[in-house]
Amino acid sequence: MERLLANRKYIIIGFFILVGALFLVRLFYVQILVDKYILSANNNVLRYMTQYPARGLVFDRFGKLLVYNEAAYDLMVVPRQVKNPDTSALCQLIGITTVEFRKRLERAKQYSPYRPSIFEAQITRENYGYLEEKLFLFPGFFVQLRTLRKYSFPVAAHTLGYIGEANPEVIAKNPYYKSGDYIGISGIEKSYEEILRGKKGMKIRVFDVLNRDKGNFREGKYDTASVAGTDLHSSMDADLQIYGELLMTNKKGSIVAIEPSTGEILCIVSSPSYDPNLLVGNIRKKNYALLLSDTIYNPLFNRALMASYPPGSTFKLVDALIGQQEGVITPDTRYGCPGGFSIGNGKMVACHPHPSPLDLAGAIQISCNTYFCRVFKSIIDNKSYVNTRTAFENWRKNILSFGFGKKLGIDIPNELNGNIPTANFYDKYHGKNRWRSMTIISLGIGQGEIGITPIQLANLAAIISNKGWFYTPHIIRAIGKNDSLNQAFMTKRHVNVDPSYFDVVIEGMSLVVTAGTARGAKIDSIVVCGKTGTAQNPHGKNHSVFIAFAPRENPKIAISVVCENAGFGSTWAAPIASLMIEKYLKRKVTRKDVEERMINGNLINGKLPESESGKRDISQD
Amino acid sequence: MRAEKGIFHKIDWVLVGLYLALVITGWLNIYAAVYDESHRSIFDFSQKYGKQLFFILAALILALGILIIDPKFFSQFSYFIYGFFVLALVVVIFSGREISGSKGWFAIGGFGVQPAEFAKMATVLALAKFLSSLDVDIRKGKDLLTASAIIFIPALIVLLQHDTGSAIVFFALIIVLYRAGLSGYVFLALIALPVLGVLALVVPKIILAGALLTLTLLLLLFIKRRLKNILTLGAVFLVTVGFIFSVDYSVNHILEKHQRDRIHVLLGQDIDLKGTGYNVNQSLIAIGSGKFFGKGFLQGTQTKYNFVPEQSTDFIFCTIGEEQGFLGAGLMVALYTLLFIRLVLAAERQRSKFARFYGYGVASILFFHFTINIGMTLGLLPVIGIPLPFVSYGGSSLWAFTILLFIFIRQDSFRYQLV
Repeated sequence: MERLLANRKYIIIGFFILVGALFLVRLFYVQILVDKYILSANNNVLRYMTQYPARGLVFDRFGKLLVYNEAAYDLMVVPRQVKNPDTSALCQLIGITTVEFRKRLERAKQYSPYRPSIFEAQITRENYGYLEEKLFLFPGFFVQLRTLRKYSFPVAAHTLGYIGEANPEVIAKNPYYKSGDYIGISGIEKSYEEILRGKKGMKIRVFDVLNRDKGNFREGKYDTASVAGTDLHSSMDADLQIYGELLMTNKKGSIVAIEPSTGEILCIVSSPSYDPNLLVGNIRKKNYALLLSDTIYNPLFNRALMASYPPGSTFKLVDALIGQQEGVITPDTRYGCPGGFSIGNGKMVACHPHPSPLDLAGAIQISCNTYFCRVFKSIIDNKSYVNTRTAFENWRKNILSFGFGKKLGIDIPNELNGNIPTANFYDKYHGKNRWRSMTIISLGIGQGEIGITPIQLANLAAIISNKGWFYTPHIIRAIGKNDSLNQAFMTKRHVNVDPSYFDVVIEGMSLVVTAGTARGAKIDSIVVCGKTGTAQNPHGKNHSVFIAFAPRENPKIAISVVCENAGFGSTWAAPIASLMIEKYLKRKVTRKDVEERMINGNLINGKLPESESGKRDISQD
Repeated sequence: MRAEKGIFHKIDWVLVGLYLALVITGWLNIYAAVYDESHRSIFDFSQKYGKQLFFILAALILALGILIIDPKFFSQFSYFIYGFFVLALVVVIFSGREISGSKGWFAIGGFGVQPAEFAKMATVLALAKFLSSLDVDIRKGKDLLTASAIIFIPALIVLLQHDTGSAIVFFALIIVLYRAGLSGYVFLALIALPVLGVLALVVPKIILAGALLTLTLLLLLFIKRRLKNILTLGAVFLVTVGFIFSVDYSVNHILEKHQRDRIHVLLGQDIDLKGTGYNVNQSLIAIGSGKFFGKGFLQGTQTKYNFVPEQSTDFIFCTIGEEQGFLGAGLMVALYTLLFIRLVLAAERQRSKFARFYGYGVASILFFHFTINIGMTLGLLPVIGIPLPFVSYGGSSLWAFTILLFIFIRQDSFRYQLV
C-alpha cells in the first residue's frame, strides 16, 4: 500500500512539470509569437514628437520680408493616456464647452487612441503660459510648438496663398503628411510647398505612467533632425503691389506687371482682395467661410489669372503684327474710315470720327475699328491659303504663339486658359463651310468669343516690348539664395512674328500715349507705349482695359490693367497703369491729383464720379 | 546515532543553491523594478532594494538559526506552533493594521509582519504531525475531517482578513493529503474542475464537449471494459458536460459583478483596459515586449516607468520577463520547477513520515504561490495578490518562506538519524 502511495510522487511531479511547461508555452506565445505587446509597450512609453521645421521665408525683389513664421502652441492629446481629467478645468483653460471637449476627444480617439493628435490648435502665448503650469494635472495632454504663418503686408493674398492642415485625402495620397500637418493650399504656398516645407524630424522621448517626460529614448540615437524649409525670393515689388492694391480700392479688376527682359512678375493685383493674415491659424476656417460666402465681391477669385476678358482694342496690336507677318499689310497700308466697317445686311462695326485715311501707326494711335476689321479680313481671306478654315487655323496658331488660349504656365496655381475659338467651334456654331471672315470679324477688334486673362495681356505688352519673345512669367525669381535663379523659367519663347514688324506697332503705342486715346497715361521724362481697350461686357458696363510698357528703349515694366465696369480703357485703366509705371520706375508718384482720383474712384457700386459719367458717347479706343 | 557534525552536515546543497539563486534573482529584479537615477546604489537602504538586502540577510540568519535547532523540536512542538499562529491570526483581525485592503498585519518596529505568511508554515507542521501519527488513515472519514479542519481553520480566518490570495494557498495542502492516501479521483476532480471551468468560458462549448467525448472514447480503449468502468466513465462524461454548460450560467447569474469582471478580464473578454483589466494588460505588455533576449538589465521601460502596478511585489515576474526576455523568464520557471521536483524527491527519501509530509507541504505551498502568481502575471489566472516565493519584495513573506524551507532542510539533514 505504502509503495503504491509512493508512486503518487510521479503524478505530483508530473503535475508540477505540466504547470511549468504550460507557463513556458504561454511565455513563448506572449514574448515570441505575438508582436502586439511590444507595440503596446512602445506606445506606452515612447512619445514620437514630430519636429516641425521652420517653413521657408519669402522675400520680395528688394529683399523685403513678405512671409515669415511666428511661434504658436498646439495642445496635443493621446486619448489612451487621458485619465478622468478634470474636464471642466481644462475646458476653462482653452475656452471650450465640456460637450465640445468630449466631441474632440472622441474624434482624436477615432484617429488613434495612442498617437498624439491636435486637440486645440495654435494657442496664444498667454494661454500657453497658464496651460503649461497646469498641464501635469491632465495626463494624456501635452503641448507642441508650432509656427504660424505671418504676412508682413496685407496684400498679395492670392499670390502668396495660405497654408492649412492637410486634409484626409492628402494624407491618404501622400505619406509625408500626417494629421495636423500643414500644407500650402493656394498661391505660392501651394506651388512651392515641397521647397518651403523643409523636412520633418522625429524626436523620441520616454514618458512614464504619469505622463512625465523621462528624457530621450536611448540618448536620442533614433531621433532625426528636421531640415528647415528653403527661402524663396519673389520677383514681386512689395511697394508696387501695395500701391496697385491701393489704386484698385473699390474697383473690381486686376493689375499685372512683368519685367519684360526676365518674365519676372512685379506685381499681381486682383481686386477685391483680402488680408492674407485672415487665413492664418485657428481663425482661418471662420474667415474662409466668410470670404467664400461673399458672392458680390468674390474676394477669393483671382481675377489676374482666372478672369477671361475679350481684350477689346488692345488686340489690334496683334492684328497689326500678324497682318505684317502674313504680308497682307505694311506699315504704309492706308484704309479710309467712313465711320465704320460694313459687314453686310446694313450692319456695321461703328468707328468714331477721326482723320482718314490712316497708316498702321496712326490706326493704332486712333484705334480705328475699320482699319483693323480690314486687316483681320485680309488675314482670313488671304489667297495663300486654300480656304477660310485653313487661313483661320493658321491665324489661330500664330495667336497661340503669343501665349493666348492656353495657360502660360506660371508658378501660381489655378491659372486659366482664356479662350481662342477653334475652327471646329465655328463649324459647330455656324455649320461647316458656312462661316467666312465677315462672320467672325469681331475677333479683329478683340470682341466676340475671344477671352484673354490679365496676365496674358501683360505678357502681350512684354512680348511687344521685347519685339517678339518672352519668358514665361513667374513670381519666384530665385530659390534659396538670392542669386540661384529659378531654373524652371529660363527658356525664351518666341512668337511667330519677325522682330522687324514690331517697330511700327511700338511707334503706334507711343503715339497712343502722346497723342492718341490714352493721353492720361503720359508721364514726363518716361516714354510710355500703351494701348487702350474696352472689353465688351454683356452683363453690364464695359470693362476698361489698358496695356503698356515703359520705357520705350530698354523696357523695364510691361503692364496690363483691367477695371471692370469702368467703361473706356482711357478713363480708368490707362491712368492707373501710368501711375504704376511711374511708381515702379521713379519709386514715387508726382501726379497726386490723378493718384487721388484713381484711389477714390468707386466702381464697385456702379457709381462713377460725376465728371466721368456719360461724357462721351462714341468709343474713342 | 551519530553525534552532530556541525550545522551544515548532510545539508541538501541543491535546495540551498536553488534557494539562494531565487533570492538573489529577486533582489536584483527588485533593484531593476524600482531603479531610480537618483538612488543608483543597490545598497541604498532608503530604497526597496536596500531594504530587501536587509531582509535577505535577516532571512539567512533565520535559516542558520533553524539549522541549529534540534529537528525534533519542530515535530514535537508542531501543534503548539500551529495553535500559536492560529491565535495570532485571530488577534490580528482585531488589532492588526490594514495594508492594501488586508487587515492581517502586525506592526513590529517599523516593519509590517503578516502572521498569515507564518501560519502556512505552522499549518504544514501540524498537518505533517497529524498525518504521521500512528493509526491515522486519511481514507477514514474522521481523519480526513480532522486533516481538513487543520487546513481550513486558518484558511477561514485568513479569509476573514480579506486576504483571499493567502487563503487559497492553504488548498495547496490537498496535494499532501493526496500523497497520504486521499482518493485520486477526489484529487483529480479538484484539479480538473477549475481547468474545465475556464475552458468552458473560452472554448466554444460544443467543441469542448466533442473533445471530452473523444477523450472518453479513447479512455474506453485503455481501461478494462467492464460494465462498472464503462458506466463510471459514462457518468463522469455526462457530469463534466453538464458542468461545462452550467459554468456560463453560474458566471453570469450567480457571481458578484467584480468577480465576474475579473473572470472576463482573464478570458480577454473585457476591453476595459483602464479599469479591471489594467494590471493584467500592462503585465502582459511588459513581459511580451521582452521578446527572446529581453531589453537588458535596467533597460525595461514598462516596469521602470511604473506602468505595471505592484511591480516589486506581486508583479515582480514582469520585470524579469521584460528585461531578461523569454530566456530569463523561462529559466526562472525552470528554476522553480526544479525546486519543486527536488523537494518532492527529497521528501520521498525521508524515513520519518513527519519529515516526508512536511516536505510535500513545503513543495505544495511554494508551488501554489508560484502557480497563482505567474498565472496571474501571464493572464492565465485571475488577479490574486500573492507574492512570488523568495523573489517578491517584502520581509514577512521572505522570512516565512525561508523558515518553511529550512525547517525541511533541517529535517532532511537528519534523515539518517530519525526514524
